[in-house]
Amino acid sequence: MIFRHIIAPILFFTSGTQHLVAQVDSSLFRTATPDTDSNVLNMDAIYTRPYLVSGNYPVAIGGYLESNWQHSGTDGVSEGHQFQFRRLTLFFSSTITRRIRFLTEIEFEDGARHIAIEFAALDFELHPLLNLRGGMILNPIGAFNQNHDGPKWEFTDRPLASTELLPATWSNPGFGLYGKWYQGSLMFGYETYITSGLNDSVISNSQGRTFLPAVKNKPDRFSGNGNGEILWNGKLACKHNKLGEIGVSAFTGIYNTWQAGGLQTDFKRRCSAWAIDYNNSIKSWGTRIVGEWVCIRTEIPESYSQQFGAKQHGGFVDIIQPLIKRPFLHWEQAEINLAVRLEYLDYNRDTFSETAERIHDETSSIVAGLGFRPSTQTILRLNYRYRLQKDLLGNPPEQSATISLGISSYF
Amino acid sequence: MYCRTLKPLLIVVLLILFGSCEKLQPEAPPDNSILDGVLTELSLLEQTRHLKGDQSFNDKHFHAANGLGPGFVATSCGSCHAGDGKGHPFSTLTRFGQADSNGNTWLEKGGPQLQHRVLPGYQPEQLPSGAPFAKLIPPAVTGLGLLEAIADETLLMFADPFDLNSDGISGRPHWNTVPAYVQIRAGAIASHDRYIGRFGHKAAVYSLLQQTLGAYNQDMGITSLQEPSDPYTGQKNDPEISQNEINDVVFYLQTLKAPMPRNIHDPEVIKGRQLFNQINCTGCHLPELKTALSPINALSNKTIYPFTDLLLHDMGPDLDDGYTEGFATSAEWRTTPLWGLGLASQSQGGKVYLLHDGRASSIDQAIRLHGGEASNSRNGYLKLTGQERKALIRFLESL
Ligand code: HEC
Ligand code: HEC
Repeated sequence: MIFRHIIAPILFFTSGTQHLVAQVDSSLFRTATPDTDSNVLNMDAIYTRPYLVSGNYPVAIGGYLESNWQHSGTDGVSEGHQFQFRRLTLFFSSTITRRIRFLTEIEFEDGARHIAIEFAALDFELHPLLNLRGGMILNPIGAFNQNHDGPKWEFTDRPLASTELLPATWSNPGFGLYGKWYQGSLMFGYETYITSGLNDSVISNSQGRTFLPAVKNKPDRFSGNGNGEILWNGKLACKHNKLGEIGVSAFTGIYNTWQAGGLQTDFKRRCSAWAIDYNNSIKSWGTRIVGEWVCIRTEIPESYSQQFGAKQHGGFVDIIQPLIKRPFLHWEQAEINLAVRLEYLDYNRDTFSETAERIHDETSSIVAGLGFRPSTQTILRLNYRYRLQKDLLGNPPEQSATISLGISSYF
Repeated sequence: MYCRTLKPLLIVVLLILFGSCEKLQPEAPPDNSILDGVLTELSLLEQTRHLKGDQSFNDKHFHAANGLGPGFVATSCGSCHAGDGKGHPFSTLTRFGQADSNGNTWLEKGGPQLQHRVLPGYQPEQLPSGAPFAKLIPPAVTGLGLLEAIADETLLMFADPFDLNSDGISGRPHWNTVPAYVQIRAGAIASHDRYIGRFGHKAAVYSLLQQTLGAYNQDMGITSLQEPSDPYTGQKNDPEISQNEINDVVFYLQTLKAPMPRNIHDPEVIKGRQLFNQINCTGCHLPELKTALSPINALSNKTIYPFTDLLLHDMGPDLDDGYTEGFATSAEWRTTPLWGLGLASQSQGGKVYLLHDGRASSIDQAIRLHGGEASNSRNGYLKLTGQERKALIRFLESL
């Protein structure tokens, strides 16, 4: 009994870490360590990953996996023990000729139930300030969407604002420009893309609320642009060596199908999102702070139900404090971190026309985490999450708590 | 050194964690503080069915792709009956078109129910001017299986249509016509081919199946084998919901437990209960009833405390909206079961909206709005001292 429930999982997790590390040490490959210089913005996340390169072979490969054990309960109803294999992601990158790079990220989620090309783009570098990117692009909204690799985070669950307000991880076919510029201790970056993206599921989904993540479930969304409308995406980021990086991003587009076969079937309705993100490391303490806040405006048909919010917002703040950083067993840069995440989101910021009172439909959560990193690329993390969820009317909230122990590692 | 202390420490932390998962999770609220509990005594098979119905009732939102509308009032059962409790002005329905027992004369104009919400691209239905109408707030849906299991014979025992006992109260059953698909229960008593309705504020609905099919159709625009006409277009549609799912939802409703009282030993509550008897609120809000034999074991031969007689009462001109259903008059309403009353604010967003249309914002106001057959009781209430009224309300809140 004790073995099955307690010792076996521990052995399982510890053996997993060692195995992964051993693989990286294999003599055939060497690891191309990610750009660790400070001239890196959040938008560079897809390239700042460890890759394995072999000799002069032009293709570098990499990937990460995420798996965890979880025990959660809501208002006294327990879901019992859950062992989850969340995702396995593979990336391949290659330099086709000078100044032309290709990178792709393929994700297998929940076993192999969902297989997705998360990213697959060609980058033409014309000038550091002017790069052309085309293919399947991660929309640059907020910071998490482009920087979502499990091993980079101290928490097993993705931030609620990124999965419940925004459809992270969210990528769409399209193209555009990006670039970077340095000036002393300041660095600026920009990205502008036009992509496909939204569809009717924004307000027509099984959640019965305005829910952008539902746009991902439309099966035919890659074969053409559903409603013939462009999604405009843009992001500006600015980083100071000491003050950290701040990003401002937005997208906007018509989300509904308003015409078919040359006939107008509805009015055009727009959905727009703005996000602000921030990250910094306080050198003296080693404290890392990451946060993101997003606001969404969706035009809801006048006589549709008020349960579909026209205004939504939410975000999160992560604070990560390294406690111990020193060699441990055979790991030279082992680190133990304490982490806290605070998050809040409101699916519907309107008021009831019947009572002039505010519509609730909101959730908040606090997560405490303890992370052990044998190296920067692998994390064994223990999280406790407490979450409150209020319905439209603001009735007593549903309370839930989840304990999870998970591993995530690049390989 | 570090390793030696750290490793055992880690193992101890993990041991504590795995051993105490349940303790780190929120406790279940006490049974008497929630409405959405399940009957005890269900078999494993019955619990599975209850669970399936629960998911359809609470978690299934309809949308354009799975049949919603085009006209509708809400997108799921649970969005109007949150936590299986009473609803809110946001989920209140408007019915219109019938003023007396000659039937609904506004069916051509979209009666009997207004679908004021529509899918994108459609025009919402408007209340036709001049039509008699009433607004109806969603009642709690708990304990209804038990109410359905009461024998007609029992209800007739409490009916007194000609007020032979001269107490001013003349409750009568709502003998209404039933649609052909409705299965008549064993032991049902008919009068001129009509049967006793017991659901809805006008008690116009015979069974939970009929209520459920009507709700899918009129509240969400979902057509079924039994109710194939789309309320927006008036045209027959393919079924948008399966018979299995409908049956599971009905089973879910049937097997929700009866609300349980709180603070029953509080002296003020005991005092309030005596006053409730004394001013004859019990003339309509019957404290105790017995169920008959039911195909569901857990519902058979149970003593229940719903505080209703399921009969129609003339409640006087203040509560007469000029609209009615079946053979009830527009001033007649079914006695609202008072069980669960104290939990109303927990499903109505922290406030209370009482009476058929939610017009009363407190229990006190709901009692003061009683008229007609309830005039004597209301006057009795008005004569109570402030202390006594407080005790009576404390008692009602304990239900
Ligand atoms: C738009 C809001 C709304 C939706 C959606 C809705 N209901 Fe109701 N429900 C009501 C209202 C209002 C009443 C009272 C109707 C009346 O008095 O005739 C009611 C009455 C009932 C009753 C009778 C309660 C009693 O005490 O007599 C039952 C049972 C019921 N609903 C079940 C359902 C089921 C099952 C669904 C989903 C298929 C559903 N409801 C969907 C608003 C709703
Ligand atoms: C003649 C029968 C009758 C008598 C006597 C009577 N009631 Fe009622 N009561 C009703 C009916 C019918 C309704 C529903 C009226 C409506 O919905 O508009 C009702 C509704 C209520 C409600 C609102 C319940 C809700 O959930 O909306 C309360 C509270 C209540 N009664 C309390 C009392 C009290 C206390 C007394 C004694 C002073 C009393 N009633 C006497 C028939 C009666």
